[in-house]
Formats: sequence, structure tokens, C-alpha cells
Amino acid sequence: MSLDRSDVERIAHLARLAMNENEAPEYTESLNSILTLIDQLQATSTDGVEPLAHPMDAVQRLRADEVSELNQRDALQACAPAVENGLFLVPKVIE
Amino acid sequence: MEWEVVIGLEIHAQLATNTKIFSGASTAFGAEPNTQACAVDLALPGTLPVFNENALRMAVMFGLAVNSEIGKRSVFDRKNYFYPDLPKGYQTTQLAEPIVGPGYVDIETDDGDTRRVRIHHAHLEEDAGKSLHEDFHGMSGIDLNRAGTPLVEIVSEPDMRSSKEAAAYARKIHAIITTLGICDGNMAEGSMRCDCNVSIRPKGQATLGTRTELKNINSFRFIERAINTEVARQIDLIEDGGRVIQETRLYDPDKNETRSMRSKEEANDYRYFPCPDLLPVIIDDAYIDAIRAELPELPDARRARFIEQYGLSDYDAGVLSSDRAQADYFETVAELTKNAKLSANWITGELARLLNQADMTVKQSPVSADQLAGLINRIQDNTITGKIAKNVFELLWNEGGSADEIIAAKGLKQVNDTGAIEAAIDQVIAQCTTQVEQYIAAEPDKRGKMLGFFMGQVMKLTQGKANPGQVQGVLKQKLDQRC
Repeated sequence: MSLDRSDVERIAHLARLAMNENEAPEYTESLNSILTLIDQLQATSTDGVEPLAHPMDAVQRLRADEVSELNQRDALQACAPAVENGLFLVPKVIE
Repeated sequence: MEWEVVIGLEIHAQLATNTKIFSGASTAFGAEPNTQACAVDLALPGTLPVFNENALRMAVMFGLAVNSEIGKRSVFDRKNYFYPDLPKGYQTTQLAEPIVGPGYVDIETDDGDTRRVRIHHAHLEEDAGKSLHEDFHGMSGIDLNRAGTPLVEIVSEPDMRSSKEAAAYARKIHAIITTLGICDGNMAEGSMRCDCNVSIRPKGQATLGTRTELKNINSFRFIERAINTEVARQIDLIEDGGRVIQETRLYDPDKNETRSMRSKEEANDYRYFPCPDLLPVIIDDAYIDAIRAELPELPDARRARFIEQYGLSDYDAGVLSSDRAQADYFETVAELTKNAKLSANWITGELARLLNQADMTVKQSPVSADQLAGLINRIQDNTITGKIAKNVFELLWNEGGSADEIIAAKGLKQVNDTGAIEAAIDQVIAQCTTQVEQYIAAEPDKRGKMLGFFMGQVMKLTQGKANPGQVQGVLKQKLDQRC
């Protein structure tokens, strides 16, 4: 599998990454060399191997359903660029 | 061309936990904006999720209630998309290994048949925050209190063939989750949300047509209306030579129309992958069995028991068992009155009428089960007539107290005294000479109907307090004597 420039531009758009004209060929080349590695992995037989959900051989710990986090709105909003009436303000979202 | 409608539902139910699915922040409703959004919910760097055991337990309860295989191993995945009310840039959800596997529920159709709707799976995920688009100087306001609230998303197979079946399925799921107590089921407030996948195909065709997904449906009635509207749109479109495109459409209840929200062809590439911050969740048979042992009586079982134990009609049993609070209320009243049928009539009649008017549920009813039972018992021992009982009920509703207190204070006791009843009848007969002559002149088999007029007059004269059975007997006797 290999990507062309338009694939890379689309991926960048989905990830909301800015990419200029000069960078596009470079990223296309690097991503394709990564995909070559993936192709090698894909070629390996995985018959009878369970899909790996996590590299650590451990299971999820569970938390009791008790409130432990109290209101820290002022502290948490101190680093926000804009707040009003307790809300975070962001550039207008149009659905 | 005859078309067949194919519907599948995705129902999101907010789980009634105390805290978020991955953080210890409260999920209480109605708090000031962002006062229940902690560092994890805000996706501050360096924070890690810790899974809430109660969310897991509730999802397992649901799975057992819909006859599903429970995933002893389930895995969280990241669903990536950008929206300001999703601070992490991904929603933590489950894709390939959900907690609840295939199951089913049975729904009752209008013609009395049962239809099985298969559940494809149900998975755990987190809710997003809320975006407020009102005027913030051209900005949007973000409240992240809801971010991280646990959801179970229940995905049905495309097994429904009409909007009515879709609504019946949604009602059944609602009855199950509220009976389990895992969700408050409030659709207007968004605790339970329903997306409908709708397509049509020529009757007899095996392959499915292209579907659209309808969003923004916040009542059972709107499920039916939105689907009917969308089906009509798709039929018109295809019959005019067009084709349906796969997209999300927003239902507008005011205009009763659906309109395109976004096309799925471009935007939705969610790039799912297993969440490295969460390990696989492993549960054993002992865990599942302990939950199974504590399941409450489910709506279908309760409905069957109401028919069997109380002799209720299919319909009454279905209505009363659809909501746990209502079913409990009924059982309390039936127990106290020893008259299940009359209790059911009052709950599905007068009580339901006033609750609907006030937009309240049984839980909020100002008339308790004890108070209603007190009233029904006074009807049963002939202290008051059924007609007066309705007035007493409204007084209970508005002013509280007990039926006995109201009956005593307002002098509403039924008149069973033969002398008083006879006096009232004599007065009516003396006053209504024309009607009496008509009665005498009428054919004997027509007289029964005419008795109603005199009954009405006597009841009016006695302010509804005369024992209707006694009035009827004496009235007929007195009038027939004159014939």
C-alpha cells in the first residue's frame, strides 16, 4: 500500500494539522516508508494469535463510584484563553 | 411500487452513576457550568482515566436483562474527531470487543403479535460536553460538566418494519433501563437519546436500501413522526428518479421535517484504535452471577404477573409495568384496596390524566398510593359515588389530606337513606310533568333509555351524592307505577 500526496493532505486535514506546500512531498515519502514497514508486518502470518489490545500483560483496575474530584473551576480555568459565566469560550462552532 | 421500511435504532442511555466513567467528578444534574469537570474530563496533559466499577456493573445488568452474552473481556477504543465539547479530541468507546454482545427483546405489535428485535451489541462510552451557541460575542460557550458521563449505547439490528415498532422497541428499552434503575430515562433532558437508521426497499428485495440516520429525537412520539416523515421523503425521492445518500439528518419537530446535517462520505473517518491508557477489562462468572442474582423483576415478567395475579387486561398490564415507579404504585394501591381492576382504572385514568396535564411522572405525583387507596376504599364501601370521587381526587391533588377528611369536611358522603332519595325523586317527578307524560306514552322497551334524563335530574338535585343504584331502582318503580 502506498499513499499519494492527496491522501496525505486528507489525513492532515482530519488530524487538523497545518502542512505547507514544501512539507507535503516530504511527509508523503516518510509516511510511505513507514507503510513499507507495516507491509512487512502484514505479511507475517498471525493465524491463531489473539489480537493485542494492550502491550502490558495486565488487566484494568476498577474505581469505586465515589466522588473524589471537587470543584476546582477557578484554578482549571486560569489557563483558559477566554471564559465567561463559567463557560470556556471558543471560536464559534457552526454545525 | 410497494415499499418496505427498515429501521434500526441506536439508543444512548446515561448511566445513573454518582461519578464519571473515567474520573471521580460528580455527574449530578443541573450544576453550575464546569463545576463538575475535573482535570481528567478537561483532558489536561498527564491525566489518566480510571474506570468506574459501577458503570461496568450497570452495563452488565443491561446485558443480562436483554438476554445477551456478557463480554468477559472488553476493550476500550478511541474514536477520533474534533469538536470543542470533546477536549481529548477522541471519545473513549468500545468497538471490536464491547461489554454486551448479541441479545434481543420482544415487543408487542398493535395486532397483538410479538416481534423479536435483535440487539447487535451494547457498549460503554463517555458522553461529550455541551456547546452553547448563544451570543458570546461571536464565540461559542463550552460546558464540560456532561463530558465523561457514562453512556451505554444500545445498537439494534435493522429488525423493525414500521415507525410504530420502532417506538415500541424504544419504549421497551426505556422500561428495562428504568426498571433496572441504571438510567432515569428522561428523554426531554437527554438522559436517553435515540438515533434512528431508516431505509426503504421494494417489498421482497433482500438487500437493504441506503440508510439515513435521524438525530435530535427526544420523545417516543417524535420517533414515530420523524420516521414517517423521513420514509415519505425517501419514497418521493426514489420515485422521482433520485437516490438516497447516506447521511445524518436532523429532525425538526416544529416543522416536522428532516434536514441534512452532514454527509458521512467526507467527514467521518474516526481512525479507531485501542486506547493505550486503558487496559482490557476482565470479569469472571462469579461477578456476572452476583449481578444476575440481584436483578429486579423485569417489565415482561411483571406484565405477565399482573395478568396472572391481578387479572388485569393485556393493555392495563402493559401500561402499568412499563415504568417501575408506576408498577410499584399500582401494587401498593391494589394491596391496600384488594381491588386491582378499580386501582388500575384510577391509575391509568384520573391519575394519568392529571399527571399528563402537569407534565409529571408517577414519582412526582402529589397524590400518594396511600391517599389514592383511601379514596378507592370509600368508593368500595359506598361512602361516596364514583362521580364525587373524581372531585375528591382533584382536592387530594390540589390540597392534600386524606379522602376521609375531605369527605367529612365537604359533606360529600353518599346518600343511601331511602327516605331522602324518595323525596328527591318525588320532587323531580312533580317538576318534570312533560317528560313524565312522554315516559308514560312511550313504548315499554324505549322507557329504559328515557330513565337517564330523570337519573340526571335526581343526581343534580342531590349534588351527585345519591346512591346511583338506589336512585335507579326507586325511580323506575315510581315511574312505572304511573303507566
